[in-house]
Amino acid sequence: MADQSSRRPQGGPGGGPRGARGGYQKPKALLPTIRKLLRYLAPYRVQLVLVLMMLVTSSACTVLGSYLLKPLINDYILPGDFPGLARALALMGCVYALGAACSFGYARLMVHISQTTVAAIRRDLFTKMQSLPLSFFDTHTHGELMSRFTNDMDTISEALNNSMGSVISSSLNFTGTVIMMFVLSPLLSLITFGVIAVMLLFMRFIGGRSRRGFIAQQKALGAVNGYIEEMTEGQKVIKVFNHEEAAIAGFRERNEAYRAAATRAQIFAGILMPVMGNLSHLNYALICCVGALHAIGTGDLGSLAAFLQYTRQVSMPLTQISQQVNVILSATAGAERVFEILETAPEIDAGKVTLEKQGSDWVWKKPDGETVPLRGDVRFYDVVFGYDPRKTVLHHVSLFAKPGQKLAFVGSTGAGKTTITSLINRFYEIQSGSITYDGIDVREIEKASLRRSLGVVLQDTHLFTGTVAENIRYGRPEATDAEVRSAARLAGADAFIRRLPQGYDTVLTGDGGSLSQGERQLLNIARAACADPPVLILDEATSSVDTHTELLIQSAMDKLMAGRTVFVIAHRLSTIRDAKAILVLEGGEIIERGDHEELLAQKGRYYQLYTGAAELK
Amino acid sequence: MLRKLSKYVHPYGPVVLLGVICAASEAVFELLIPMVMSDIVDVGIPSGDTSFILKKGGIMVCMALISLAFGVGSAVCSSVAGQGFGANLRAAEYEQLQRFAFSNIERFSTASLVTRLTNDCTNLQMALMMGMRLLVRAPVMMIAALILSMRISLRLSSVFLVSLPLLAFFVGLIICRASPLFRQLQEQTDALNLVVQEDLSAIRVVKSFVREGAEEEKFAARSDAMKNTALRAFGMVVINMPVMMLIIYGTLIAVMWFGGHLVYSGALDPGGLMAYFTYITQIMVSAMMVSMIFMMLTRSIASGRRILEVLGETPAIRDDGADPALEVADGSITFDHVTFRYHASSEDAVLRDISLSIPAGATVGILGGTGSGKSSLVSLIPRLYEAQEGTVLVGGRPVQDYPLHTLREAVSVVLQKNTLFSGSVRENLQWGDPNASDEKIMAACRAACADEFVMAFPDGLDHDLGQGGANVSGGQKQRLCIARALLKSPKVLILDDSTSAVDTATDAKIRAALKDIRGMTKLIIAQRVTSVMEADLILVMEDGAIADSGTHAELMVSCPLYRSLYESQQKGVSIDG
Repeated sequence: MADQSSRRPQGGPGGGPRGARGGYQKPKALLPTIRKLLRYLAPYRVQLVLVLMMLVTSSACTVLGSYLLKPLINDYILPGDFPGLARALALMGCVYALGAACSFGYARLMVHISQTTVAAIRRDLFTKMQSLPLSFFDTHTHGELMSRFTNDMDTISEALNNSMGSVISSSLNFTGTVIMMFVLSPLLSLITFGVIAVMLLFMRFIGGRSRRGFIAQQKALGAVNGYIEEMTEGQKVIKVFNHEEAAIAGFRERNEAYRAAATRAQIFAGILMPVMGNLSHLNYALICCVGALHAIGTGDLGSLAAFLQYTRQVSMPLTQISQQVNVILSATAGAERVFEILETAPEIDAGKVTLEKQGSDWVWKKPDGETVPLRGDVRFYDVVFGYDPRKTVLHHVSLFAKPGQKLAFVGSTGAGKTTITSLINRFYEIQSGSITYDGIDVREIEKASLRRSLGVVLQDTHLFTGTVAENIRYGRPEATDAEVRSAARLAGADAFIRRLPQGYDTVLTGDGGSLSQGERQLLNIARAACADPPVLILDEATSSVDTHTELLIQSAMDKLMAGRTVFVIAHRLSTIRDAKAILVLEGGEIIERGDHEELLAQKGRYYQLYTGAAELK
Repeated sequence: MLRKLSKYVHPYGPVVLLGVICAASEAVFELLIPMVMSDIVDVGIPSGDTSFILKKGGIMVCMALISLAFGVGSAVCSSVAGQGFGANLRAAEYEQLQRFAFSNIERFSTASLVTRLTNDCTNLQMALMMGMRLLVRAPVMMIAALILSMRISLRLSSVFLVSLPLLAFFVGLIICRASPLFRQLQEQTDALNLVVQEDLSAIRVVKSFVREGAEEEKFAARSDAMKNTALRAFGMVVINMPVMMLIIYGTLIAVMWFGGHLVYSGALDPGGLMAYFTYITQIMVSAMMVSMIFMMLTRSIASGRRILEVLGETPAIRDDGADPALEVADGSITFDHVTFRYHASSEDAVLRDISLSIPAGATVGILGGTGSGKSSLVSLIPRLYEAQEGTVLVGGRPVQDYPLHTLREAVSVVLQKNTLFSGSVRENLQWGDPNASDEKIMAACRAACADEFVMAFPDGLDHDLGQGGANVSGGQKQRLCIARALLKSPKVLILDDSTSAVDTATDAKIRAALKDIRGMTKLIIAQRVTSVMEADLILVMEDGAIADSGTHAELMVSCPLYRSLYESQQKGVSIDG
């Protein structure tokens, strides 16, 4: 039975009580981040003013409504003035209705503002990410970037949706209530403030404890989740080694540590509400007692009733504010991380030379209108490169590929094979030297044009959710069904695709998880074949296919490579034996070059590798 | 479902009970306070009896303090029980996972099992915690407040006959409208995340094929859809609050009007009316709370169902029929007309009618293309999977006769996808033999040609391998896995393409070392003919069947596939002889 759940931790829109999950972060620079957020809110200036007005009205209505209790009781109910009571109640009803209408109005507006704003930020973020250089993705994990889209967006959305309005209205309510309390009775107000002071002290105390508790809980949870992930990945090994009992014991230990830490953290978080609530009851009791003593003299029952109503209202905004401020802070921290990405410099793309099709031929079109036919002549002149400028990976590499030539790279991991191919399509910027393509410096070629001229089959197969045909068509969306099929046939993938339940319309999910590694490779090759590029880069494309299948692919590849310049990085030397030029790389330098026979005759590194005397790492 | 899950709360039964009592008592005490207040107003103030007021005031303060104690008690109990429940649930699930056969794991998929062990358990423990506090508190509060308000004035309470159903109706309506929207929103969120996830992991492909624009369009379309649903869903939710406010305040005004008349006619005391205000708010808020909790619980029900699916799954391979005292006599292996498919329902069999017999101590090589059934064949020997037809015998007895533990102790497999775990080299190798001394470990490393690089680690056997063995290279990992398998001193050793990242010279050395271990049956799956050409028997597999078998010399004559494979792999080396 297929499982539809995503692995993303839950707590999305409308998710559970965030506060109880705990673990709030604080932003590094609060004000600049808020300024940037405000820029996103700027288009809603008018609506925001309206929101603020409605907030104030709604708070005023709440406060005023309770105040009306006093005249109601003192002036109408006790004396029995029913027409007056009716009028007063009608007034009270209007006040409350206005309050409810305003609170609906502002909430509705805020939903609109927050959702459109978050959607805008989300879209900007994704668009921005598409323009970032590969070095950015090398230095950020997928999990980290995913959490910008999930957790950070969620907290920003929640902060805008709820917390901002809630903090403002709570502050207004609190202030209004306090003022009215003073108006009603300064003496009783003082008692209330005494209790509120105790509440604040308690909140501080609990706040610190529960933060520490939650940090410990998160750490223990991380340990449990890490254990589950690692052990479940290795479940087959556990079975083979009869290691089930030991695995359970290890799990129990971490599970128990998590239980203990979480219980502690939850207790601290859990007692906040009852303590605050009951302190407010204590306040109620005190007010009642003192107020009654006071009322003996004045007989002012109405004031007491109104004051008691305020006592119930006054502590709620405080709890609200303390919770929502945390949400706002962590939303700002999230926004800060999002803006960090939005402010990262995009890929440099100042090239003006574009690729154009003239008849059946591709030509480079220079800004002055001059055209150069695309031939696939790639040259490296004295190229120096390092992913980190302080750590050079390629030392003064020079090479050339004649049009239609097959150029093969051999060497151990880290020797620089993949790096060289990544420089051709300008995934990275070189430090010195130059790379030319048909005599044009690649930096002068518009990136999209450059990459469209290069077909790539990467080491890791990556397929997208969608049909098989859509995946093959990926590099050339306008390809016809017939072209898709012929590309698949060329790659030797047609046979297995037709055996799939819906053939070319079979939907692939989870990176083509239902296909074997070899089949995914074949689709990868078909994708490159469909794009029909003049130059091909094959990065260990056949390394995960067994020798038998590899032979089948090889013949298909030969057809694909005919007439194109090809750069091949192969794990197995058998695949590149017929390459006209083989470059042996070691430590970022080309140490040997020549064809197969020449290199064997040299009895150098290539010879060692080929005869199995050395291990390809 | 609740009955099945309640098993895991059971050890915390007294705590749950105590917590429920605390929560209920807290609610009752909170409600009694306004009662005392009305006494003060109605008796104390008119009579001017200061000592009465002080006494009643004292009682109120005490009640508030008692209520506070109960509140803290209920928070503590619900935390202890909630977390304990979650821990029990996770442990039960994990133990169940260990009983699973591969087919069970594959049915759920590893990713989904991880979610069920982590997020789903957290959801349920949250539900218990919230439930213990709010689900007890809100109904108790509501019922008690209703009773108390009826005691103050039965006639006035008839306002609730109107307002409560009205509230229930509106809240119900909003929930009914909103929850499908939220479900839809969750689906759209997942769909959006999928685009990001795929884009991130395939960023090189996206850039190579210049598809940034298309990806942006794909994202924008889903983002817009998500935004529109979010607008509708949240727009629905915000109606909740004003509706609740209107109904509460409406009730309040009605109570004032009718209550005012009652007070004037003397049927009701002013203090009673004031207490009434408090109860109105409490009753309405509680009613609201109950509905919210139910909405929250429906979310947990999905999690509960997913967990119970795991707990209720029957492990596909059990040793019910096994003889617990039975030992594996020797390493002989027989396949008797074995047919196997991964899913009982699938049409294509992975292995078809396989019969073969391997004497104890023999070395067998297995060659064949991807999907020819090599790995499936050997995974039947330690009973990682179960054949649908035919019998697999080890040591002369069907594998089902042995307890799983005994069988797998005797059969050691080095899997195609090797896994090492966080921890030192020693800890990892001791999986094979928990009591192995350092000498014994190093001997196994020598046989697997892992001794040199292990000794080269500055901290030797204490060297940390990192998560999934990330700190060693592919070839080193494979050699450590072979050493780990050897430490079991098995009667049957299976190497499933286990030296693919090891150079040919080392590969040959390992094979020579294995040869020296007498009496151990060796099955070697390989890509390279050289890895198996010295074997006593070589099986060439094709399409789920044994296409041919024999020694190297025999196959060179009889099997064209074998010959072509051999020649294609040997071409280069033969130049030099």
